[in-house]
Amino acid sequence: MADFPIRLATENLSAFYGETVGVKNVSLGFTTNQVHALIGPSGCGKSTYLRTLNRMHELSPAGRITGRVLLDGDDIYAPRVNTMQLRRRIGMVFQKPTPFPTMSIYQNVTAGLMLNGRPPRRALDEMVEKALREAALWDEVKDRLHSSAVALSGGQQQRLCVARTIAPRPDVILLDEPTAALDPQGSQRIEELVFQLKRDFTIVIVTHNMQQAARVSDTTTFFYVGTMVEHGPTKQIFTRPKNEQTEAYITGRFG
Amino acid sequence: MNRRVLRRWISNFMVGTMIFAVLIAVLPLVLILATLLVKGVSSLNLAFFLKTPAPAGESGGGVAHAIIGTLMMVGAACLIGLPIGIGAGIFSAEYPSSRLATITRFISDVMNGTPSIVVGVFAWTLIVARQKHFSGYAGSAALAMLMIPMVMRTTEEMIKLVPHSLREAALALGYPRWRTSLAVVVRTTLPGIVTGSLLAVARVSGETAPLLFTALGSQFMGTNLNQPMGALPLTVYTYANGPYEDWHRLAWATALVLILVVFVLSLSARIATRRIFGRYG
Amino acid sequence: MTAITQPAEVSDQGHGLEGRNVSDAAFRGVLTVCAAAIPILMGFLVWELYAGSRLAISRFGVRFVTTSIWDPVAEKFGALPLIFGTLLSSLLALLIAVPLSLGVAIYLTEFAPERIRKPISFLIELLAAIPSVVYGLWGVFFLLPFLRTSVFPFLKATFGFLPFFQGPIYGQSMLAASIILAIMVMPYIMSVSREVLVSVPNSQREAALAMGATRWEAVISAIVPYAKSGIIGAIILGLGRALGETMAVTMLIGNRNEIAASLFAPGYTMAAVIANEFSEAASDIHFSALSYVALVLFLVTVLVNAGARILIWRTSRGGPQGGRGI
Repeated sequence: MADFPIRLATENLSAFYGETVGVKNVSLGFTTNQVHALIGPSGCGKSTYLRTLNRMHELSPAGRITGRVLLDGDDIYAPRVNTMQLRRRIGMVFQKPTPFPTMSIYQNVTAGLMLNGRPPRRALDEMVEKALREAALWDEVKDRLHSSAVALSGGQQQRLCVARTIAPRPDVILLDEPTAALDPQGSQRIEELVFQLKRDFTIVIVTHNMQQAARVSDTTTFFYVGTMVEHGPTKQIFTRPKNEQTEAYITGRFG
Repeated sequence: MNRRVLRRWISNFMVGTMIFAVLIAVLPLVLILATLLVKGVSSLNLAFFLKTPAPAGESGGGVAHAIIGTLMMVGAACLIGLPIGIGAGIFSAEYPSSRLATITRFISDVMNGTPSIVVGVFAWTLIVARQKHFSGYAGSAALAMLMIPMVMRTTEEMIKLVPHSLREAALALGYPRWRTSLAVVVRTTLPGIVTGSLLAVARVSGETAPLLFTALGSQFMGTNLNQPMGALPLTVYTYANGPYEDWHRLAWATALVLILVVFVLSLSARIATRRIFGRYG
Repeated sequence: MTAITQPAEVSDQGHGLEGRNVSDAAFRGVLTVCAAAIPILMGFLVWELYAGSRLAISRFGVRFVTTSIWDPVAEKFGALPLIFGTLLSSLLALLIAVPLSLGVAIYLTEFAPERIRKPISFLIELLAAIPSVVYGLWGVFFLLPFLRTSVFPFLKATFGFLPFFQGPIYGQSMLAASIILAIMVMPYIMSVSREVLVSVPNSQREAALAMGATRWEAVISAIVPYAKSGIIGAIILGLGRALGETMAVTMLIGNRNEIAASLFAPGYTMAAVIANEFSEAASDIHFSALSYVALVLFLVTVLVNAGARILIWRTSRGGPQGGRGI
């Protein structure tokens, strides 16, 4: 692990909904070019934690945090930080596919690219192709780039969302249960994709599927009722967990 | 008689009564449409659409001036009413818990229930009394005032139909709020907003009361909104009250045109709404 | 709306995190102006009505609503017959429209076969789209002759012993105006009470039916009581419509400024007097009196509508959204 520098880290991070605590005092570091899985039973705070990493949590009613989140050492909650710029560096894919229904496949991929001014047409075409190839969708849609995105299957829509997220070349990609709404085949494609993408990106994935975590991730963190219970290399978490609760969860005794 | 049979009989009787109520309720629609068709269709010819009224007592003539007047006044009302109504609708959907949104929502309900004749009095004191003459502008202002709350409410309702996840996806991509709202949320529900606007246009196109002492009406072709202007509903009113058979004929034809316009707008709005609901149903 | 194409908010093109966000503030600013326009316009309206009525208020005070003389030449104004006419015509309209529209609404939500529900409610809601002046035209040339020659004589012959159905039959009358008003408000009451009835949970129906009630008994004992305040709200909303209705009433009510016992006699309403006299008023006090009438009419409808909204909101809890009509 020593050869991978830390890209994103939280220090004593707690997240609240009004007075209710969602995440308690989590300090974690996510290393570059690796996949980091967050697991735990539903309601354990793993999604809330993920949403603090690109400041989406503050869009929830009365959502606020204490502690710090550092991207390459810079506090992303510092007063002068522009959340739009931040989110262009930390992309996010959601549970349900969210292609923009009024845009074509091409426009969906370029949606995030246009925000800093419009690149020349040819460069744009290349970026779209690159993103779609990386998202393993190019072969399926290259002949209908200008047709509606909602005509795609659920799995294709989700890969389109991945393409849309990676097109602006963010540093970090957050995935919030990206396969929860997909069939097994669709899920498998996304898993393969996640494995590929770590070459270029740092990935944090929330999942309720432990096999998925075991298959795709380098490190795994177990959350339970808002606290981080255990964090370590995936292999170790799944073979020799140090904590009883972690063991109980991964062996299926609760959750 | 057996009690159970009696109860069953009462139930059936009440259902029968209700079916009768349905028939009675639909009857006026049928009668109105039939009368309009019978009395109006024969007068619909080219002259009706292209000519201005013949001098009193003479036959012939048309309502071209009123068609132009209605188009211009409703058009001007749209220029004022649609941006304000849509903007206010977006505001109260985007910042739903702000105090201004709560106030605006409540006041627009009050405004929606305000009689159109009262709005006419308002436009009169605001514009006609100050300018000291009747004008198409005053008519437009009154119509715009009637459109705003309708457009605002439908815009808000339509935007609320857009799934929250879509908004989050745009924000997570680094979209600023204004762009999320316009390029994603409003863009997605645009057909619905167009529908709401069409319905509002349909409603105000048929309004007479707020024009009576603002646009006043006119017998002559005119395209100057700063002058008194004719309008289709005013034509129906004036001609219906007039003594000449030929005027009555024109009144029926005008009413037929008016109702066709209103129905076509309402129907297309219906179909558009069904499409949108279909997409998210 | 797409006029703003270049995002101006980001000064920093690189991968830095800092930057100000100007355009979001501008966006909110523009929307705030639109949203604030509505209460401001409404405030303006109330102020202008009040300012216009001030002369009449200072001269007649509250007596305005209790006296009956309306004489522009002598500059004496009292609005009692107008208020009476407005209230009576609207209440009579409700008397006719409420049973009809509730019958239709209940039939459509509880009894009608699925495939005729939508077409029928659509047809009835089309009635709400017909402009008032078209109702007036139809009323004058179709409904009035029919009422004068068949319905009114029948009523007179049958119920002539009642004071409401005595006196000469002109055609244009309080009753004729009420009938046209009933047709006009029916679609509103129907569609709002339908929304309310649809929102009654199915468990209410099933519980009553499970206890052996006939379908009609289920409606009366379980569904209507549950939806009661919403239905009352719908009715009051219809009342609000009727009170402010102008054109059709003006054309059918006869426009005579007196309080008559007979429903065959002509009457007058607040909206109608404004429609008839406003553009021809000659003196300041005449304008002011008409403006005063408008103010009274406005206040009455605001009260009625606010009451209705609260009642509907309490049953459907989905927020006050009834009465969108078609």
